[in-house]
Amino acid sequence: MAGTVGGGGVQNRTWGARLVVLVPYLWLIVFFLVPFLIVMKISLSQTAIAQPPYTPVFDPAAGWEGLKAFVAGLSFENYAFIAADWLYLSSYLKSLEVAACSTALLLLIGFPLAYGIARAPRRWQPALFVLVVLPFWTSFLIRIYAWVNILQRDGLLNQVLLALRIVDEPPAWLSTDTAVYIGIVYSYLPFMVLPIYATLEKMDETLVEAAADLGCPWWKAFWLVTLPLSLPGVVAGAVLCFIPIVGEFVIPDLLGSSQTMMIGQTLWTEFFANRDWPVASAVAVVLLCLLVVPLAVYQQMQARYAGGGR
Amino acid sequence: MRKASWFNIGSVALGLAFLYLPIVILVIYSFNGSRLVTVWGGWSTRWYAELLNDSALLESAWVTLRIALLSATVATVLGTLAAIALVRFGRFRGRMLFSGMIYAPLVMPEVITGLSLLLLFVASDIDRGFWTITFAHTTLTACFVTVVVQSRLLTFDTSLEEAAMDLGCPPLRTFLAVTLPLIAPALASGWMLAFTLSLDDLVIASFTTGPGATTLPIRIYSQVRLGVKPEINAICSIMIAVVATGIVAASLLTKFHDVGRDSVGAVAVK
Repeated sequence: MAGTVGGGGVQNRTWGARLVVLVPYLWLIVFFLVPFLIVMKISLSQTAIAQPPYTPVFDPAAGWEGLKAFVAGLSFENYAFIAADWLYLSSYLKSLEVAACSTALLLLIGFPLAYGIARAPRRWQPALFVLVVLPFWTSFLIRIYAWVNILQRDGLLNQVLLALRIVDEPPAWLSTDTAVYIGIVYSYLPFMVLPIYATLEKMDETLVEAAADLGCPWWKAFWLVTLPLSLPGVVAGAVLCFIPIVGEFVIPDLLGSSQTMMIGQTLWTEFFANRDWPVASAVAVVLLCLLVVPLAVYQQMQARYAGGGR
Repeated sequence: MRKASWFNIGSVALGLAFLYLPIVILVIYSFNGSRLVTVWGGWSTRWYAELLNDSALLESAWVTLRIALLSATVATVLGTLAAIALVRFGRFRGRMLFSGMIYAPLVMPEVITGLSLLLLFVASDIDRGFWTITFAHTTLTACFVTVVVQSRLLTFDTSLEEAAMDLGCPPLRTFLAVTLPLIAPALASGWMLAFTLSLDDLVIASFTTGPGATTLPIRIYSQVRLGVKPEINAICSIMIAVVATGIVAASLLTKFHDVGRDSVGAVAVK
């Protein structure tokens, strides 16, 4: 590593090299770390009809006494409130349920797709790969909106179903869990396919051939050879989908019912409709705590990747 | 060796159809002459013409574009610096925290990021609007740029840099003359990714916006909640066309395969 550009090695780091680290470092501290500390602080405050709408507000001018009064004003009331209210608990459970089920669905759909691409003729692979990535570039909101078009009561899906005489009465698709699952699977599919494809592509196919030569049926070879070897990709895809889905807002809001809200919606309503910032902050902190384990797994994977272990 | 089995062809075909059909249907319906979105009234470009008269919508489009251009550019600079720090500097004090702050925003639910940034802006008494959205988008997209550039730097042949330095080229000049041109494709795809992410973002923009800064996704969202309208089909089709053009342009500049691979493939662990 020593003597490379920009770094200049550990021993002779110039001010220019320090700046390379310092600028993004400070930016992230100010715009990522500090905001989190503020969220934690406000989650311990109380709602107030004021600007900003919470108390206590820390006043640096008041000095030591002000700080003492400020600390004394903090409380865990909001957390007790969240724990006592079934609304929040059911939101969290609903989010975890939707995230777990849709991650499983994504695996079921994503794995065959990734497998098909990885086993396609070599010269087709780049094109197929791009075709899977491409929808990721078009707006997320637009893709969900496209499904609103299709799933509404007199939308295309029901028109087709009626024309084919599969149903007599047009069923309601919008505002159902089915619609939410369709939307989530549709939006997150590239995130599931890519890591699985990456591991399958690197896999040594002669291993499967060897198993077949030794009389192993294809399904057993898949179970004993292909699947274990693709496991890193499967875990990466699952984590990459699961974490953001838990906090998803747009999809359940546009496609789902308003009866059981996911936690992202609850947070949104708490903040925008009820203007209860302290409770919204507490909801965010609890959500973050729920995600600590998958986040740690994800962090571990990224660290290994960044370490050059490709 | 590589014979495509029916199962493989089927799963790929079905998967791709699932990914593309809704978009195709949306674009087709944007040319629907009928006011009723569900009834086909013949081909027409009337909704596109109507968009041009909607000054509020045009204003939103302009704000969104400015935010995306500015935040993508700053994010590319920040992200590249961060990537160099992560790949080239080995261990430095606070590296754990640094890499944590880079990777966490990539998967963090947007409602949390949005809420925390808003509370920061409120606490520091900053007027919300154009600039707060720009700062928020820069922060988020810089992390994506970092991962894209990082994956490029990891596969980078350092002997070229070493050769330049051995011949007496100072570090900064080596960086500008050797490293930068070599990682330029990654910077381009990082910028593109940052640009489209900013163009697309609804949740974080909703939290950090203020008077006079209604971005296109915020406007589209508020209209979609009221129901499907042919005008929205038209504006969405235009956005798809803009992004598609951008991708084609990027693919002409770099190798197409790399654009896709660097962006999403890097975010997903290899």
